Amino acid sequence: MATGHSRVAARIMISPAVLLLLGWMIVPLSMTLYFSFLNYNLLMPGVHEWIGFTNYEFFLTDPAFFTALGNTLLLVGGVLVITIFGGIGLAILLDQPMWGQGIVRILVIAPFFVMPTVSALVWKNMFMNPVNGLFAHAAAFLGLEPFDFLAQAPLFSIILIVAWQWLPFATLILLTALQSLDRDQIEAANMDGASKWSRFIYIVLPHMSRAITVVILIQTIFLLSIFAEILVTTNGGPGNASTNITFLVYAQSLLQFDVGSGSAGGIVAVILANIVAVFLMRMIGKNLEA
Amino acid sequence: MTLDEKTRTKIGFTIAAWLVGLLIFFPILWTVLTSFKTEAQAIASPPLFLGFDWTLENYFEVQERSNYFRHFANSVVISVGSTVLGLLIAIPAAWAMAFVPRKRTKDVLMWMLSTKMLPPVGVLIPIYLLFRDTGLLDTLTGLVLVLTLINLPIIIWMLYTYFKEIPGEILEAARMDGATLWSEIVHVLTPMAVPGIASTLLLNVILAWNEAFWTLNLTAATAAPLTAFIASYSSPEGLFYAKLSAASTMAIAPILIMGWFSQKQLVRGLTFGAVK
Repeated sequence: MATGHSRVAARIMISPAVLLLLGWMIVPLSMTLYFSFLNYNLLMPGVHEWIGFTNYEFFLTDPAFFTALGNTLLLVGGVLVITIFGGIGLAILLDQPMWGQGIVRILVIAPFFVMPTVSALVWKNMFMNPVNGLFAHAAAFLGLEPFDFLAQAPLFSIILIVAWQWLPFATLILLTALQSLDRDQIEAANMDGASKWSRFIYIVLPHMSRAITVVILIQTIFLLSIFAEILVTTNGGPGNASTNITFLVYAQSLLQFDVGSGSAGGIVAVILANIVAVFLMRMIGKNLEA
Repeated sequence: MTLDEKTRTKIGFTIAAWLVGLLIFFPILWTVLTSFKTEAQAIASPPLFLGFDWTLENYFEVQERSNYFRHFANSVVISVGSTVLGLLIAIPAAWAMAFVPRKRTKDVLMWMLSTKMLPPVGVLIPIYLLFRDTGLLDTLTGLVLVLTLINLPIIIWMLYTYFKEIPGEILEAARMDGATLWSEIVHVLTPMAVPGIASTLLLNVILAWNEAFWTLNLTAATAAPLTAFIASYSSPEGLFYAKLSAASTMAIAPILIMGWFSQKQLVRGLTFGAVK
């Protein structure tokens, strides 16, 4: 029974947020779109002529783009596999009866709060360094050759670092979902003599499926934009071996000053993210109705 | 002494969970330990776990060499500033959408969320050029603005889900008693909304503190917060593990403590209410 008066007030209260987000989204995004059709290099001042889809042609046929696209998919996929399987396992473990559950939870969640530059540098120097890293010490102890993680397997190493950061997120959300499971259902299944495994497959997993989907979608949105971890560990190298789309756009526009091509890459990144976003939005939207 | 099966399982799970927990936490523990070593002990082979001369020297040296506290202060200004500004814009908006819903409210909410899905590289260049031309590059003002905007959708969504849980009947009753919109907000709503607002504030300070795309790309020396300051340690010259660890420990400690208090809010905030 909102009165007309309060409806006007409501509109006034919403408008600053709407206008700001509209400005934030429309203005820069249309600028990126516009730049992507220009021959625009920061090192060449003067007129930026309209060159149609040339930037897209260059960006999309550049071998670096395919490497970056492949790396992006590997990075997202690798981290998702580790965090989803690890997260399900950890969530189930943390849901068992034990002493000090609260403390274990705190230990497991901690990596999520470590800023990306810190976790990347700690892993790079103190663990993966081939001379002084802990892994090198461990290898020496076992009589093995030390392995130069970031030089020989740069993308794999970054996947490990990022997975460490995101495992807590998956665990926390899956644990929250697990704890809302109806215990009576499990009891009933027990009575019927269901094995642990079939309880997991037929009761626990279906119950968690929604949370798993949410974790996959949200992580994908964030993982598509991984940047800091690459910047401070490998700088995208060696060569392009650990460059993802985000890093490629950054390198082209802010390191090589090719605004036109970088903008085309930015638009490509937006389109890629939107493919995932559509599914995520649909899920969240459904929940909003309920 | 014989233990029943229940106790035995509990012991087993306790051991397994603690082992896994400590393994995941280990990199953080190792960083904290290394921060109290000398540089020589930090790279000693075999590595020293506890048997070293504990020193606070690294903490003082990090401050002396690189003016650590200026970057720390920058992080505080940016994360708290952008969160408070975001709350000022979001509280009225979320209030209106939760209590005076219209047909299009849901669409507006979804649209706001969609701006959060926009990858930052999609707008990096225009923002960078706009900041360069307006002198906002490497300023705290510029970063507060950007972080306010990127976290605004999350702030609005979190507040919306909290406000939704406040029973509407209470507002109806207040209106019956002739409460004006203003007194409704001050006397009825605010006390009930404070916990939700506090959780939103906490989570967003954490997110802004750790944000490492815009803070790295839009700052140089002056406005660099801790994310950018720590990144400067990525240059390979010299041995600096102990100092890196000291700087890292100081950068993550406050947020780690805040984070432990906000586990529940984290789930709600980052899944946009899809998992509660």
